[in-house]
This record gives sequence, structure tokens and C-alpha cells, in this order.
Amino acid sequence: MSTLTASKPLRAGPRIDLAVIAMFGVLALVPFAAAFGAETYLLGLVTRVMVFAIAALAVDFLCGFGGLVTFGHAAFVGIGAYTVAIAGAHGVTDMAITLPLALIVSGLFAYLTGTICLRTKSVYFIMITLAFGQMAYFIAGSLAPYGGDDGITLPARSTLFGLQVFGSDRALYYAVLGSLIASYGLCRAVVYSRFGRVFRGARENPTRMATIGFDVFRYQRVGYVIAGCLGGLSGFLLANATEFVSPAYMSWQRSGELIIMVLFGGLGTLHGAIVGAAAYLLLEEWLAGFTENWKLIFGPLLVIVVLYARGGLVGLAASIKARLTRD
Amino acid sequence: MTDAVLLIENLRKSFGGLVVTDGVTLEIGPGELHAVIGPNGAGKTTLIHQISGTLTPDDGRILLNGTDIMPLPPHERAKLGLARSFQITSVLPRFSALENVALAVQARGGSSYKFFGRAASEAALNDEAMAALAEVSLDHRAGVIAAHLSHGEKRALELAIALALQPKLLLLDEPMAGTGPEESERIVTVLQRLKGRFAMLLVEHDMNAVFALADRISVLTYGRVLASGEPHQVRNDRAVTEAYLGEELE
Amino acid sequence: MSFTLFIVQILNGLQFGVLLFLIAAGLTLVFGVMDFINLAHGVQYMLGAYLAVMFYTLTGSFVLALILALVAALAFGLLLEFTVFRQLYERDHLEQVIATFGIIIFLNQGVKVVWGAAPLSLPIPEALSGVVALMPGLVYPVWRLVIIASGLVVALLLYILVSRTRVGMLVRAGATHARIVSALGVDIRRLFMIVFGFGTMLAAFAGIMIAPILSVEPGMGDSVLILAFVVIVIGGIGSMRGAFIAALLVGLVDTLGRSFMIDILRLVMPPSPARTVGPAIASMLIYVLMALVLYFRPAGLFPARGKS
Repeated sequence: MSTLTASKPLRAGPRIDLAVIAMFGVLALVPFAAAFGAETYLLGLVTRVMVFAIAALAVDFLCGFGGLVTFGHAAFVGIGAYTVAIAGAHGVTDMAITLPLALIVSGLFAYLTGTICLRTKSVYFIMITLAFGQMAYFIAGSLAPYGGDDGITLPARSTLFGLQVFGSDRALYYAVLGSLIASYGLCRAVVYSRFGRVFRGARENPTRMATIGFDVFRYQRVGYVIAGCLGGLSGFLLANATEFVSPAYMSWQRSGELIIMVLFGGLGTLHGAIVGAAAYLLLEEWLAGFTENWKLIFGPLLVIVVLYARGGLVGLAASIKARLTRD
Repeated sequence: MTDAVLLIENLRKSFGGLVVTDGVTLEIGPGELHAVIGPNGAGKTTLIHQISGTLTPDDGRILLNGTDIMPLPPHERAKLGLARSFQITSVLPRFSALENVALAVQARGGSSYKFFGRAASEAALNDEAMAALAEVSLDHRAGVIAAHLSHGEKRALELAIALALQPKLLLLDEPMAGTGPEESERIVTVLQRLKGRFAMLLVEHDMNAVFALADRISVLTYGRVLASGEPHQVRNDRAVTEAYLGEELE
Repeated sequence: MSFTLFIVQILNGLQFGVLLFLIAAGLTLVFGVMDFINLAHGVQYMLGAYLAVMFYTLTGSFVLALILALVAALAFGLLLEFTVFRQLYERDHLEQVIATFGIIIFLNQGVKVVWGAAPLSLPIPEALSGVVALMPGLVYPVWRLVIIASGLVVALLLYILVSRTRVGMLVRAGATHARIVSALGVDIRRLFMIVFGFGTMLAAFAGIMIAPILSVEPGMGDSVLILAFVVIVIGGIGSMRGAFIAALLVGLVDTLGRSFMIDILRLVMPPSPARTVGPAIASMLIYVLMALVLYFRPAGLFPARGKS
């Protein structure tokens, strides 16, 4: 049984969380604040944060709610990104085609790999998701016409029915923000739905769920496909944001980073995934500004967070709030 | 019995060289409470595992209301009307008692491939769940997280979950294991109330409970049915008293 | 494709397999006995290599460098165990993964700071640096044979240790029933430390032995780590025998695959696509192998019995 959130009871339903609304509000205002400073840099940075936040949401959904620790989720991000790149290399830039395509391909990959992975448990599951992630990584690296190991630059950002909707960084920013809010909303709804209850129950006690009459494997596979599609969405947006795609997007280190983001923010909270993605990437940027040996600080920081800040930043905030309201 | 709810014929199971189930034949009719007793190691729990689907028999037949359930995985047997309680309590620890039961209600009716709408506030599910909890006198504890329930309450919760499934056959694997005298009595009272509603297979060591509840009893020793019949027949059977040498059958 | 090339690649595969075994053995023991996923095992392999280079520069003797590096690596490993790992045994696998991931990040940067980012090298000891003729027309580097031999010797020693000694029995018991062993009065913490220390030394030894052949650089442990995990998953977690067989299997499949995949593909497709697709398939081979094994045996080839 997981020790991570062992004593915390599961909430039966969502509360309208003011903190979450405030967070999205802040994100909506960033472009205005950015106009006063290094606009391109700041917009680009926060766009990247939001893109990875979507992938982190998917990982939290699987791991925090489904108990499925996936070490290969970066593969879905890469698949989404490569769909855009490969389509672009053949002259197709309309997102009316590439976006659904990205979702379908990543969903399909999730369905096929999930069918094999979900037969295994715990560390074997971690390893086999890693294996499939590696396979995707190597296949991408072998695609010589699409850059191979070096990757490929996109000719242009995605268009919508011929319109340059992602023409400005601002426009892309708000599109990504909208996608993030939609993804968050989707995850929230699903987690507390009938399906979500079965998915969460399967994490608690799969044997009990089976004896009640639920085919746990099928439900988990559907959850895996949902998470895979979200990863694909993240990849689609990432390709547009960076206008560059490479196999490195699918490395196991990237998959590890997604898990770190979720843990940083707070496993099993959904908004924790967003907070964690922001914390991880912003911390990385900030520390790198200090010293090129920032990893010497970052590594031990991870260890400290795991050992002493269980529940991540969200958990930390909650306990601080509890302590303040007590006094 | 042509309308037997559970029909087991010549069930066999071995682990390596050890024969644990040695040609067990058993029948349970509708509404019958059938107790299976026997000394430790007789193969009672293995029998339950084979009926519920966690273990695959080597040979024999298991029919639930005429359907051969041997090729079916546990979740499909549940859909056919099989419910069970576990020897070591098995609930969803971080869900409330109400949600534990509501999930069972949800499993029984309607699709669970609904991705929107708060499941926890579905009145139909919750009403049925509360009714089941009331049957085991746990309705006042509906909002409590299952992990925080007492041992006896968790046992009762398992019964409520089983009830919510509206089973054709309920497998009870030592429901009184680890409970004190007061809680044991509660469970016996509940089971007496439920008697006749559906068939039940009760595996228990608590002889008071067994003789208070059972319509028929089968005695299992060394994986074989030593004797089977009504309680007074079994109690007076010589072979049975010998098997239980030293144990009180009173 | 010549016969001698084939033999050479088989030997290379064995050498790689033996190396993987040295690393996987420690990993599977630690995982089996303490249920602890240690991603930092790869950096212990890297550290062994770096320490050997450092001590060689100081002493000029390979043997001395080997011994000193082993001792230093052991000391460092035990330090890590004492300060960090000990507190992770009771935790979720996920937390163990993240925490040890943090250690990888820290140490990969750390060796860069101490020794610089440029790859270092360690010379092969004079006497063992040549080639030897195994067959007419087949020469093979002596050092690689030394690696194979030392790996097999270690495997034998481990086998004797685990199956014939008291400590070994405790390790095997601890792998399946840690609580019972503890209840019997055995200091389970001390047992864990011994197991861990041993594993660390094995990994460091592998790093030291391979240092003369590969370049010693930051991050050299990462790819090897993944392979080691693949090995223990295929072999069955907690099983030494599984780790040995799986390591040799993986070593051979990977080496032979990389050498001959293009040739194999040329049998069924024209040379140009074979050359593009070949390397990709070769890199994926061991993952495909692992997926296949897990499909038919979800707990590996030789799962340690009794582990829930």
C-alpha cells in the first residue's frame, strides 16, 4: 500500500478551490506583466511551464489517482510533437488535421502498450513503461528523413484553416493556457465520475474491485489511454512552442522529470501537477542563472523534498495554512 | 437438486504433491445457509478460493445456477451473482463506508464508463448503499473513512458491500475471525436476518454461530467431505466427533 | 560475415554480459532484500571508475588503484546508505525513484566539478594489454578475457557465499521474509548494510574493470543502469541466478544484435532501408526481449519465491 498519502482520506468530490482559480488568474495576467520586461523570454518560459503541466497532469492522473507509476510518459509527449513535425515536413500544418492526428496516434500507442503493461504490477510496470518509452525514443532517433538523432525544425507553427492563429507568442500562450484549463477540468471531472471512482478504487484494492464485478484491467487501460492522449496534446503544443522536435523529448530522463514535477507539487491533487511543473522548471531556470553547477543544489533538493516534504508543495502549503488557522 | 444455486462436483486441487481438495461434491439450494466446517488445514479456504475464482481447480465442475463458472475470471463470476467476504478484511481503506458500498451498487447497475458527473452525489446509488448499511447497522457510520472503522465494523462493512450486490450466492470466509464476543453476536444477528434471501456458504470455526445459523453443514477433512446433512445429524455423527477430537460441538 | 567475427562478437557479448551481471547482482540483491529501487547504483559504477583513475594517477599501480578504489567506493556507498537510503526503505517505490534520481543528478555534476567534464582514461596493466591468439586467425584482447574471467569468478564466489554461508542464508531468508528474520533476533539493519556494501563494491568493481576500455566520463552510469534494470526484471527480482542468466542473455542479444542486425535485415529487405532501420531495431532489441519475457512471465524468468 502506498505510504505517500496513506492516512489522507480521499475526497468524495471536488471543492471549488479558490487557490486554483487564483493560479489560473495569475497565469492569465502574465502576458501583461511580461510586456514590461523581457516579453519573449518570459512568455516562452511560462508557455513551456504550462505545456509540461499538461503532461504532468496526465502523470498525476495515472500515478496519484490510479496508482500506476509510469516511467515512460515522455514518449506520448514526443509522439504528439513528432506528429506535428512529420506532418509539417510533408506540408501539412493545419491543426484541424494534426491535432486530432496527434491525439489518435498517442491514444493508439497508449492502448497497445497499455494492453501489455497493465498485466504487470509495481516495479515491473515501471520497467515496462520505461521499455516502451525507450523504444519510442530509439525509433524517433532512427527517423533519418525527420532529423534522426539531431531532431528537426518545424517549417512553421500550426495553422487553423489557413489562419496563422499561433502567429504571435501571445496567441500561443493563451491557447496553451486554455488547453491547460481544459485539461485540468477534464481530469477533475473524470477523477470524480463513475469511471474515476472505479479507477481510484482499483488503486486501493484491485482484488476487492474484481469481486464486486469490475474488470480492473479494462478500466485501467481506458485511464491509460486518456493519459496518453493528454501527453499527445502536450507534445502538440510543445512542438508549436519550440518549433523544434527531437528524440530527446522522449528520453527516460524526461519521463523521470514528469514524475518529479508531480511529486514536487503534490501527488494526487491535480493542481499539484501544475504547481510542480512550474516549481521544477522555474527553479531550474533560476538556479542555472546562479551557477552552472546548479545541479549540485538541485539533486539534494529532490532528496530533501522526498524525505521531508511529503505531499509536495501543496501539502506544505496546506500544513502551513492549518497551522496558521489553528493559531 | 435441479435448482441448486451452487453445484460442485468432484472438485480436485493439488499443490505439487499435496492434495488439498480431494473430490469435493457439494450442493446448495436457493435460500439455504450451508456451513462448511473442519479442522485447520482441511482445505476450507482453498475451496472458497476455487469457487470465487482466485484459484483454478485441477479437475471437477463448479456450476452457479446451472452456469459453468470455472473458465470465468472473478469479476465475471461477480456479475453472475457471486459475492464474497474475505477472511482478512478487504475494503477500500481510504473511501468512506458509504462509498465502499455505493461502488458495489454502481457495479451492479448501469455503466461505469461515465466520465462526467459526480458519482459521490448520485442519490440512487447512495440511497441503496445506505439501505445496505442500515441492514448491518452501520448507517450511522456511513461517512467514516473505512480505515478508521473498528475491526468488527469493517467485517460488517464487507457484509454491506456483499448485500449491495444483491447476490445469488454469498461466500462468507470466516466472517467472525478476530472479532470479540459482542461483535460476533452482532454479525450472527445480521446473518440471521439475511437468512433465506439468498444462498450462503459459510466457512467458520465459531461453532455457536454455525449451529445457530446453518440449514445444512458439510464437514471437510483432508480435502474431502466427511459428512453432510442437517445440524443434528452432523452433530451426532461418530466420524465427525472423531475428526474433531477434543473439540466441543455443543 | 565471417566466422571469426562471429566468435569475436560472442566473446564481446559475454564480456558485456558479465559486466552487466556485476552491476545487476548488487541491484537485484538490494531490491530483493530491502525492496529498495536504487537508481543511484549506476553512479556507484561510475564512481568506481573515477576513483580508479584518481588512485592510479597517485600510485602508478593498477592493482593498488583497484584496491583503494574499491575501499573508497565502499566507504562512499555506506555513507550514502547511512545518510539517505536508510530512510527510504519504508517508503513508496516512487519516492525511492525520485530520491535516488536526485542523487544521480548530484553525483553526475559532482564528478564534473572534481574531475572535469572531459573523458578520462585508465591504461590497461602492461602484462595484460596485448592480444592473444585463440584460434588461427582469431586474436582477442587479453584484458577483455580478464574481464570475462573475473566476472565468472565473482559469480562463483557469490554463489558459494549465498548458498553455503550463514550470511548468505540470512540474505536469502531476508529476501523473502525480512520481518521474520528480524524477529529471530538478527540485526536486519546490519544485514542490509552488508548486502548494500557488497552490491556497491560489485558495481564499483565493474566500473574499474571497464575503465581501461571505455572512457570515464560523467553520466557513464546512466545507460548501464537502465540495462541493469532490464536484466533484473528479465531475470526476476531478487534472484541471483536470474540476474546471471539474464545478464548473459542481454549482453549477447545486444552485442550480436548491434553487429549483425543490418546483415540480418538485408536478407529480407534492400540495403538502404536496412541501414536506416537496422540500428533502431538493434537498440530496441533488449526492450523487446524484456516485453516478451514479461508478457509470458509477468514476474521474470526466476522470480524469488515467497515475495508478495
